[in-house]
Amino acid sequence: MRIQLQVALTHLTGRRRQTLVSLIGVVLGVAFFLAVSSLMRGSEQDFIKRLVDNSPHITVSDEVRRPRTQPAEQRWTDGAVRIRSLKPQTETRGIRGYRKKLALIEAIPGVRVAPVLIGSAVLTFAGREEGVTLSGIVPKTMKTVSTIQDKMVEGSLDALDVNPNGIVIGTGLAEKFNLGLGRNLTVVAASGASRAMKVVGLFRTGNASVDETQTFTLLKRAQVMFERPNRVNRFLIQLDDAYAARAVAQRIEAAIGDKSVSWVEASEDILSVLVVRNIIMYSVVSAILIVASFGIYNTLSTIVLEKTHDIAILKSMGFHARDIRLIFLFEGVVIGLIGSLFGLVLGAGLMHALSQVQIKPPGVSEQVFLPIWWGAQQFALATAFAMASCILAAYLPARRAGRVHPVEILRGAA
Amino acid sequence: MSAVLRAEHLVRILPGEVPVTLVKDVSLAIEHGEFICIMGPSGSGKSSLLYLLGLLDVPTSGRVWLDGEETSGYGEDDLANRRLEKLGFVFQFHFLLAEFSVLDNVTLPIRRLGRLDASDARARGLTLLDRLGVVEQSAKYPHQLSGGQRQRVAIARALANDPLILLADEPTGNLDSASGGTVRQILKDLAHEMGKTVVAVTHDASFAAAADRRIGIVDGRIDADWRAV
Repeated sequence: MRIQLQVALTHLTGRRRQTLVSLIGVVLGVAFFLAVSSLMRGSEQDFIKRLVDNSPHITVSDEVRRPRTQPAEQRWTDGAVRIRSLKPQTETRGIRGYRKKLALIEAIPGVRVAPVLIGSAVLTFAGREEGVTLSGIVPKTMKTVSTIQDKMVEGSLDALDVNPNGIVIGTGLAEKFNLGLGRNLTVVAASGASRAMKVVGLFRTGNASVDETQTFTLLKRAQVMFERPNRVNRFLIQLDDAYAARAVAQRIEAAIGDKSVSWVEASEDILSVLVVRNIIMYSVVSAILIVASFGIYNTLSTIVLEKTHDIAILKSMGFHARDIRLIFLFEGVVIGLIGSLFGLVLGAGLMHALSQVQIKPPGVSEQVFLPIWWGAQQFALATAFAMASCILAAYLPARRAGRVHPVEILRGAA
Repeated sequence: MSAVLRAEHLVRILPGEVPVTLVKDVSLAIEHGEFICIMGPSGSGKSSLLYLLGLLDVPTSGRVWLDGEETSGYGEDDLANRRLEKLGFVFQFHFLLAEFSVLDNVTLPIRRLGRLDASDARARGLTLLDRLGVVEQSAKYPHQLSGGQRQRVAIARALANDPLILLADEPTGNLDSASGGTVRQILKDLAHEMGKTVVAVTHDASFAAAADRRIGIVDGRIDADWRAV
């Protein structure tokens, strides 16, 4: 064993109680850091998962972001041409040549895509009218990109295939109209086309606005209602890797020209809130470790004061200032390592205990547990932060110890 | 004989609002194998001179040669290395590390120098303790020893790296006369039988009587320097 480490260990074992108190500080700091941050990160991921899963990862719509390049600009590419008041063209008639584009997107690995035609319609039943969003879908592909199938409480999306005049509505709407499965209602599209449709499915997402305003019918039926045969105006895309959405969206937009918005882009505000939340959380849990490091500072300062004679004799023997500093830094490192080790074990125990806690959000019947993220990153971060604060706390006493001048101490003792 | 330790015009002034001159223009040469006593009343500057000669302190002006090497301008680490290899210190208070066993105390400088492996360091430590008659105490801790035993352990520690010169500051100042006599005899034997140069500061006349050479210090100056015949 290195002589400096041996001296460090004898110092720590010589002041067992104070060392233990410092150690407990680090253990608790690491444990709470770990438990709280893994809970926060767990809830963040749970939140993102809901955010991501309840909406498509990428939505391609029949819009373009920029106005087309004008002939004058193409002709004189390096000329001082400026054309004002250009507006991006809006493809009111839907995505052009959607079958070809659909095939193009489907060819990307790890991508599931569903074509949709969305429009406004008015439902009337027993004299009541309600404006809704009517989506024309292909049930087979819609099921791969949406969780709506899982939210069905009665009937199914597949029933649309069986009954071309079928419509799937939310429970909120059904309650408003006071109707149930198998009842007929009238759908009037913005174009004026009107048709009697039969309710073949009811869903409940838990989100009131979705449950009251979203309705689904067969794509072909919607194309007839909205008088847009062979057109769609949305591609809903779900990816195997949700975090690749931004890159894939850019790739799709570059390939087909239509505006592709990833969930990352659409939820930028929420994601930035999460970043702020993480900063707050990490500063609070770090504070525990900083407080713990004061304990270490205190202990080591006491040892330095108590051991000035030992330091003086070691220096007179030929120990360098660096050796003395190393002794006290080792003391910080030893407390940090042992504290982190026990802290991680205690923290993992706390995390396990927290993950057993059941929560019951209103309107949810299934069993929900506190979300805990068991990422190795959290463990590494807690250890790194503990070590950093321990070494920092040891540094000041170590520097002071290194500066002890043997002659001053020997003169004082004589 | 060449001087193993030589000082020229050493001056040490403690800076402060009222500067205190501890050592005033001291020049001396110490031969190999000499047993020297530096004597003088309290506050005469004899300990300060010893610290300067032992490279523990840096003179305000003047030069020190150790083993033919001039040490002026050396940094703290260079001086520490010379102390580790060529000098050994014994103080009035034993200054053993309380949490270390007797043997661990003795092997501290050996391990810091790092020229011997652990088992050789241990063997050397035991040899030294044996020579000083305290090998039975090697596993004990300093508080379990008598004052004389502690001082002998401190001497063993000072000899750990086989130094050229042993510097002792009032080595018997804290001991009863019997233990003091033993320590005095040990230091004398070190000089005469093992060829170590021993420089001891003392105001114990019986201790000084054993020395080959006595240097008297008064007010920071050499007042007398005489050799035993």
